[in-house]
Amino acid sequence: MAGVSTKDIKQRIRSMESTRQITRAMEMVASSKLRRAQERINDSRPYFEILYSTIARIAATKTDFTSPYLTRREGNKVLCIAIAGDRGLAGGYNSNVFKLVTQELSGKDFQVLPIGKKSVEYFKAHGVPILTEQYAEAADISISDCFTLSKQLAKDYLAGKFDQVYVAFTNFISVLSQSPAMLPLLPLSLTQTKRAETEPGALYEPDPQSVFDAIIPEYLGGVVYGALCESVASELAARRTAMDAATKNADEMIENLNLQFNRARQGAITQEITEIVAGA
Amino acid sequence: MNAFHLKIVTPDGLVYDGDALSLTVRTTAGDVGILAGHLDLVSALGMGRATVVTESGTRYAACIGGMLSVKKDLVTLVATTFEWADQIDAQRAQASLDRAQKVLHNKDATQAELRLAEARLKRALVRQSVAGGGK
Repeated sequence: MAGVSTKDIKQRIRSMESTRQITRAMEMVASSKLRRAQERINDSRPYFEILYSTIARIAATKTDFTSPYLTRREGNKVLCIAIAGDRGLAGGYNSNVFKLVTQELSGKDFQVLPIGKKSVEYFKAHGVPILTEQYAEAADISISDCFTLSKQLAKDYLAGKFDQVYVAFTNFISVLSQSPAMLPLLPLSLTQTKRAETEPGALYEPDPQSVFDAIIPEYLGGVVYGALCESVASELAARRTAMDAATKNADEMIENLNLQFNRARQGAITQEITEIVAGA
Repeated sequence: MNAFHLKIVTPDGLVYDGDALSLTVRTTAGDVGILAGHLDLVSALGMGRATVVTESGTRYAACIGGMLSVKKDLVTLVATTFEWADQIDAQRAQASLDRAQKVLHNKDATQAELRLAEARLKRALVRQSVAGGGK
C-alpha cells in the first residue's frame, strides 16, 4: 500500500495487541469483582427494607411529636454526598454522577462530601467547597465508616451547618444498565403509608421521640452504605462494559490492520515480480 | 412455651430467620426480654449481650446498635453488629481494646479521637464479655 510500509503496520498491530490484552484483563477483573459486589447488595437489601419500613411506620403512627429530622427548614445550605469511583476507565460512570450533581445543584449554596478519589479530584478542580476528604477511597469504606459519617452528619445537621442533605450515587439496575440518582436524605421525606394499615398502641421504649432520634443516624448510615454498595457494583459493571467494548474495538482494528498488512505484502511481491519480468 | 418468629438482620445479611422462644437484648433503656405474644414494641438498641432461646438451645451474641421491632409475633432485630459468641474474633477484640486504651491514655488526643476510642473500647468490651462468658 502506498506510503505505509509493512514494518509500520506490523508495529501498530503489535501495540494494538498489547492494548487489547490490558483491556481484556481489566474486563475480567471487573467481572469477577462485580459478582462479589452483587452479592453484597443482595445481602444488605433486607436490612434496608426492614429499617425503612419500620421508620415509615413510626412516622405514620405518631403524629404528636416533631423531630428536627422531619421538619423542613427555611435555609438553603445544601450538602451533597457524591459517591463516585477511585479510578477512571469505566465509561461514563464517574462523569454521569458529576453531571447530575452540578445540574441539580447549580445556583444553590452547596458543599460536597466526596467519596471516591475521582469525586475528590473533580470537585476540587471545579472549586466546590469540600466538607471532608476523609472518605477519599471508595473501595476501602466499611460499614462502620458509614455509621461514623452519618453520626457526624446528623450532628452537623442538628447544629444547623446545613439545611438539606442529598446523596448522589449510581443505581445498579442490571449488569448492562446503571443510572445516576440523587436522593434527599435530610430532612426525612417518608412516603406516608396509609393510616389504616398501621394500628396504634405500639409501645415505644423509652419514648417515641428518643427512639426515633436514635434510629435516624443508623438509618442514614444504612442508606449511605446501601448507596455505596450500589455505586461500587455500578462502577464495576460500567468498567466491564467499557472494557468489553474496548476489546471488541481492538479486535476490529487488528483485523483491519492485518488486512492492510497482507495487501501491502502482496503489493510488494507483485511489484517485485513485475520488476523481474520487465528486467528479463 | 410458645414460639414467635424472629428475624435478625444486619447490613451483612440475614443472620437468623426462624422460630425462637425468647429473646433478650440490651436497649438504650436497659435489657428487654421478649416472649411470644408481646405487645407491639419499637426500641433502639444499645450495646450488650443478646440471648436467643430456641428449641435447640440457647445462643448468645454481641449485639450493638440498631433497633428492635415487635409487631404481632414478628420480632425484627435490625442490628448494626450482631455476632454469635462462637464467631467473635477474640484476638481482634483484644487488639481493638489495646488500641483504644492507647488513645485514651494519650493526653494530646482530640475530642473526636477520644469519642471514637471510647466507642471502640465499649464495643471491644462487649465482644470480649460475650465471647468469654457466653459459652
